[in-house]
Amino acid sequence: MPEMTLVEAVNLALARAMEDDPDVVVLGEDVGINGGVFRATVGLQARFGPERVLDTPLAELLISGLCVGMAAQRLKPVGEIQFMGFLYPCIDQLVNHASRIRNRTQGRLTCPMVLRTPHGAGIRAPEHHSESTEAMLAHIPGLRVVIPSSPDRAYGLLLAAIRDPDPVVFLEPTRIYRAAKGEVEDNGEALPLDVAFVLREGRDVTLISWGAMLKETMAAADALAADGIAAEVIDLATLKPYDEATVLGSVAKTGRCVIVHEATRTGGFGAEIAALIAERALTSLLAPVARVTGYDTVIPMARLEQHMMPSVGRIVTAARKACQFS
Amino acid sequence: MPDGGLPVIAHFEVRHRNYLAPDGSINRPLPPFASDAGLLTALYRAMMLLRNFDRKAVALQRTGRLGTYAVSLGQEAVSVSVASAMREEDVLLPSYRDNGALIWRGVKLEEILLFWGGDERGNHFSGPVQDFPFCVPVGSQAPHAAGVAYAFKLRKQPRVAVCMFGDGATSKGDVYEAMNFAGVHKMPVVFVATNNQWAISVPLRLQTGCETLAQKAIAAGFIGEQVDGSDVVAMRAAAEDAIAAAREGQGPRFIEAVTYRLGDHTTSDDALRYRSADEVQARWKEEPITRLRSYLVGQKMWSKAEEEQLAAECHERVEAAVERYLAAEPRRPETMFDHLYAELPEVYAAQRRELAGEGDA
Repeated sequence: MPEMTLVEAVNLALARAMEDDPDVVVLGEDVGINGGVFRATVGLQARFGPERVLDTPLAELLISGLCVGMAAQRLKPVGEIQFMGFLYPCIDQLVNHASRIRNRTQGRLTCPMVLRTPHGAGIRAPEHHSESTEAMLAHIPGLRVVIPSSPDRAYGLLLAAIRDPDPVVFLEPTRIYRAAKGEVEDNGEALPLDVAFVLREGRDVTLISWGAMLKETMAAADALAADGIAAEVIDLATLKPYDEATVLGSVAKTGRCVIVHEATRTGGFGAEIAALIAERALTSLLAPVARVTGYDTVIPMARLEQHMMPSVGRIVTAARKACQFS
Repeated sequence: MPDGGLPVIAHFEVRHRNYLAPDGSINRPLPPFASDAGLLTALYRAMMLLRNFDRKAVALQRTGRLGTYAVSLGQEAVSVSVASAMREEDVLLPSYRDNGALIWRGVKLEEILLFWGGDERGNHFSGPVQDFPFCVPVGSQAPHAAGVAYAFKLRKQPRVAVCMFGDGATSKGDVYEAMNFAGVHKMPVVFVATNNQWAISVPLRLQTGCETLAQKAIAAGFIGEQVDGSDVVAMRAAAEDAIAAAREGQGPRFIEAVTYRLGDHTTSDDALRYRSADEVQARWKEEPITRLRSYLVGQKMWSKAEEEQLAAECHERVEAAVERYLAAEPRRPETMFDHLYAELPEVYAAQRRELAGEGDA
């Protein structure tokens, strides 16, 4: 199997989906001849033509709204928003239309669309290019929110998102677009949505994360192992709807949980997981659930951004503290 | 204005279309379809049905049997004529005040009542299956229309998306973004702005600095036409032309239907707070139903007997629909989950069971 980067795996999945299904249409700003600002769509226009790989005007609301209209006609639009900070004009379309047209029309119209966007900080990008507001999206009924953390999961989950009959927001961890490398087989096989992946088994503490932050989380698990602490690491992968059973099962086993995300803390998705554990697994807990998150501040520009994002050290400290509790 | 002799590099024009004067007399030779008495009377019947339906819907709301409702009073000609110019296989993307278009396209009166009565089943209607439901967030259906039209173009289907919205919607980026895109790709889409002068309490002069709304199409690179929206003949002719042009690959068109909302914005609104009774009274002289009736009667295309029969028909049809609406079986609460996703994820299936009293979550 060829080794490739995460963004190359995204490209491979898009090409495979377009090859397999003539209804798949890729659209966005600069996705055509330029191949996308991160090269996620490189080569697609040359291969599938400008009608199926469509350079749109610079209008994010339009991109998401076009997707709704196309999807209602049973096309499979895959829209690209260049950075998550530019996603906000799409929120009206996601909340009011994409996520609820099936429900509003009692299934008469549906919305099998995907909206892809890079997610997260750590690439020394300008302002508004480092957002991680996945919790906002995960709050929307009827939507799926998916975030891969490795090239093979990017490939398999993106195929699943495109084939899914409902709208999916697909968040691509910008920081590991090229840093994450791995073997990907172009076998056209999708990975399951709504399912968390256990990246590492352990009995002492459960570490839950998603996207790029799994890099630090896995490194923390290594460091903890050196101390004799066996951490179980869960890649949540789909945030809406999320795999409650895997989370609860793991916490029942370890009795301790540390949730790691780079998004700001208040109302972050970690709060949702902590509440679930409090409601359904309190008696399993040997220590309070801990969150290691971004701080409740605007994501700083390049010079300070690394101080906002959870570090391996912060994760290790939180996990050790959980293990030493009581 | 001092222009230093700079050359003019572009000229634009906006035309205004009208055939029937408020008194039903003719301003210019009518388009060919107007010799079809069957069609003109069908338009008249549809407008009358809509007016009767509106009256009943308001009565239902006032007696607590319907939720908030938006009447078409005074602007019945717009949605009825536009729908009449569409083919079954075209796709309608209506705003919440386009009942007339839905009814013309086969949506049952009781389905519209069901929607305004707070039941999503009203959107699972008997009209063309790909038509969109009413759009409530103003103008946000315009990008959908462009997407629908893109699908038609990609699949080389001779179909047209028809997107309707009000004057307020033309202030939104949504509408401009959709029109801009439609212009770039010469999409088979027709945008119809019902300029009824008031976006709730905001009059047109505070909505736009433009002389016309039709000129907004110029910025998007296609033809915008202003039409007397209280003249059903003009509206039908304009819609027919625009839809035909779009179907033939000539690209999008924009129609500004200039009319007047004689009623409140919705049953939750009291228009007397922001406009005078005198203003409304004056506008009653221009309304579309009397105008067409005057023309039809003058042409011996319509009689008093037919008018009486139509009144009875409308009454009967509306009352029967109300009965069916009121008799609709209530939905079980847990069915609110039934169309959330194609297949309900287990975590929400548990919530569904909880709501159903199956005590699982």
